[in-house]
Amino acid sequence: MKHLLSTEDLSSDQAIALLDLADEMALVNEREVKKLPTLRGKTVVNLFFEDSTRTRVSFELAAKRLSADLINFSAKGSSVSKGESLKDTALTLAAGGVDAFVIRHSASGAPFNLAHNGWTNVPVVNAGDGTHEHPTQALLDAMTMRQRLHGMANTRGKNLDGVRVAIVGDILHSRVARSNLHLLKTLGADVTLVAPPTLMPRTEEFAASHSFDFDEVLAQPLDVVMMLRVQSERMNAAFFSNEREYSRNWGLTSERFEKLSSETVIMHPGPMNRGLEICSEAADSPQSAIVQQVANGISVRMAVLYSLISGEHND
Amino acid sequence: MTNFVLQNATLPNGTVCDIRIDSGIIVEMGSGLSADEVTDCSGLQVLPGLVDLHTHLREPGFEQSETVLTGTQSAALGGFTAVHAMANTMPVADNAGVVEQVRALGERAGFAEVFPIGAVTVALEGKQLSEIGAMANSAANVRVFSDDGKCVSDPLIMRRALEYVKGFDGVIAQHAQEPRLTEGAQMNEGAVSAKLGLTGWPAVAEESIIARDVLLAEHVGARLHICHLSTAGSVEIIRQAKARGVAVTAEVTPHHLLMTEDLVTSYNAVYKVNPPLRTNEDVLALRAALVDGTIDIIATDHAPHPIEAKDCEWSAAAFGMVGLETAASVAQLVLIESAESTWQRVADVLSHAPARIGQDPNQGQAIEVGSTANIAVIDPSVTRTIEAKTASKSVNNPYSGLKLPGAVVHTIFRGRFTVRDSALVLGGAR
Ligand SMILES: [Zn+2]
Ligand SMILES: [Zn+2]
Repeated sequence: MKHLLSTEDLSSDQAIALLDLADEMALVNEREVKKLPTLRGKTVVNLFFEDSTRTRVSFELAAKRLSADLINFSAKGSSVSKGESLKDTALTLAAGGVDAFVIRHSASGAPFNLAHNGWTNVPVVNAGDGTHEHPTQALLDAMTMRQRLHGMANTRGKNLDGVRVAIVGDILHSRVARSNLHLLKTLGADVTLVAPPTLMPRTEEFAASHSFDFDEVLAQPLDVVMMLRVQSERMNAAFFSNEREYSRNWGLTSERFEKLSSETVIMHPGPMNRGLEICSEAADSPQSAIVQQVANGISVRMAVLYSLISGEHND
Repeated sequence: MTNFVLQNATLPNGTVCDIRIDSGIIVEMGSGLSADEVTDCSGLQVLPGLVDLHTHLREPGFEQSETVLTGTQSAALGGFTAVHAMANTMPVADNAGVVEQVRALGERAGFAEVFPIGAVTVALEGKQLSEIGAMANSAANVRVFSDDGKCVSDPLIMRRALEYVKGFDGVIAQHAQEPRLTEGAQMNEGAVSAKLGLTGWPAVAEESIIARDVLLAEHVGARLHICHLSTAGSVEIIRQAKARGVAVTAEVTPHHLLMTEDLVTSYNAVYKVNPPLRTNEDVLALRAALVDGTIDIIATDHAPHPIEAKDCEWSAAAFGMVGLETAASVAQLVLIESAESTWQRVADVLSHAPARIGQDPNQGQAIEVGSTANIAVIDPSVTRTIEAKTASKSVNNPYSGLKLPGAVVHTIFRGRFTVRDSALVLGGAR
């Protein structure tokens, strides 16, 4: 594995190895001195062409805990806003000696271009590209599911065979949904996608296990329900009528939460629209894993950076 | 050398004969002809000079991508003796001045006849008819009008344009793309776009405009030409319209006959084109329609772009690909290698029919005594590996690395070699 561009590229063994390593990294994060010397002298560039403080900080902490040097490059206030291209930015930074690029970009596929257009030959980590993928989010979600469903001490080597997951929301535009769909399938989970028909891609791969009816899906036993962020600008493009109607039909409202089994884990990639796609009772409940997801994000990103840069997990 | 013989050439109907050309005209056909110079064409296929109804020459305004000179040089290497230059230049070809300039640049270059296409609406904005009459009456004698790159989406403007050009038997060439259904569209809408997270360009956005426009053409009794058909559904609509007697013609590009959306999974923007590459099912329907006559012509939609417009992230990249030097090979692949059709059909779709639709005098004529000597000579027996670099200024070439059948050996334009032994005759420019 030279790059992490899509979870579709990951085999089950590769994914489990990364998750096991992330669990090891989590132990470091619990120590008083949260730092490993493993990437000392290595340089990681955080190339953020789209605002995302959460993801940027998570990668930043991950790199620093591995003792790597970190350069934060964000498009705001940089030459990119003056029209310099991704290509020139990459060439310039690569010339300074870089060991890995972490890239966030509003254009689907931009990490593929960075990895494959010949602009650089170092590992590239996709930190979210347009409406395509967000592989480290899917890995941290899988890590969280393993911990919740198998028990903290009992995760190593485990997949997610038979785990029933519903992913609910704007599937069409969600990079989180895409990455999760690939990875969860690879790990053996049983995924149901729930969305209004306008926000569900009309294709076989997505249609295989989809529903437009959240209540129908909730009536079946579920191990995990993952709510996706809804962007209100979708209303203007006529994907749905208004927030009230969306919430009534596809939100994890308090009525739906009350009926949910207390065993069902509630997840959300954040940031949440409380009261729209998820109610506060659900988000703040003991069965919510939302805070744990954030913590696991750092561990997963440490595992990914370590694997790609040290090359120890290359195959 | 104005007097020469093409010896033992195979005509589109399969007969083999000598062709004598003098002062730009085919003057004699038969066997054992002699002249100042004799070019052996044994085993070579002769076609009437190819005519492209859809070329972007980019001049004036985008000379970093292409000029009339480089574009027509590339055309000559592809066997073309005429190209129709699309109007989306800067300034737009929406007045007599620009079309006369483009026409004159073509004459000066001397590698192929350039027929400027006039814009349907001012600045391609779709709001006000351009000076269609002035362009038709100008020295450029424009007969084809198109806002290509954009769709004439307003039904009233489209109706008026269709009616207006009836006065001089002009034709509107429609780039069929419903704008609201394709906002932000990046590739064909379907399984691949869903997976890649790229905004879809649904087939219905093309088909709904074609359906509307054949009804409008029928209503006003005008000629309509549909650019770059890309879907199986579009083929069905054209088929039904023709059966009803609507005066509609349709074109398909070489790339839509050959390539599918699966190529987009690389995010390599060389495959970004408008309309987008579609599914294999669409490709098969387009090929069948080309064979059975539902589709009238192959047109390249040759659309050069500089490197920086393609070596970037997909959504930032420009739409379009070059294609003048591979069109004949794709035609051979689809019509001849497939054993589905004949060289006569190749001559129809790449020369006779586009010249007829464009009302081009002295182009697309049969190879017979008295015709202008516009001729392409092809070696159908070779297989060549395509290189990215062609005579075009741009290298956005999706055929790069592919093996295609056939090669253009000679191109004769108005009785002069513009291409000889697969190389440009640079002195051929007047
Ligand atoms: Zn077009
Ligand atoms: Zn075009």
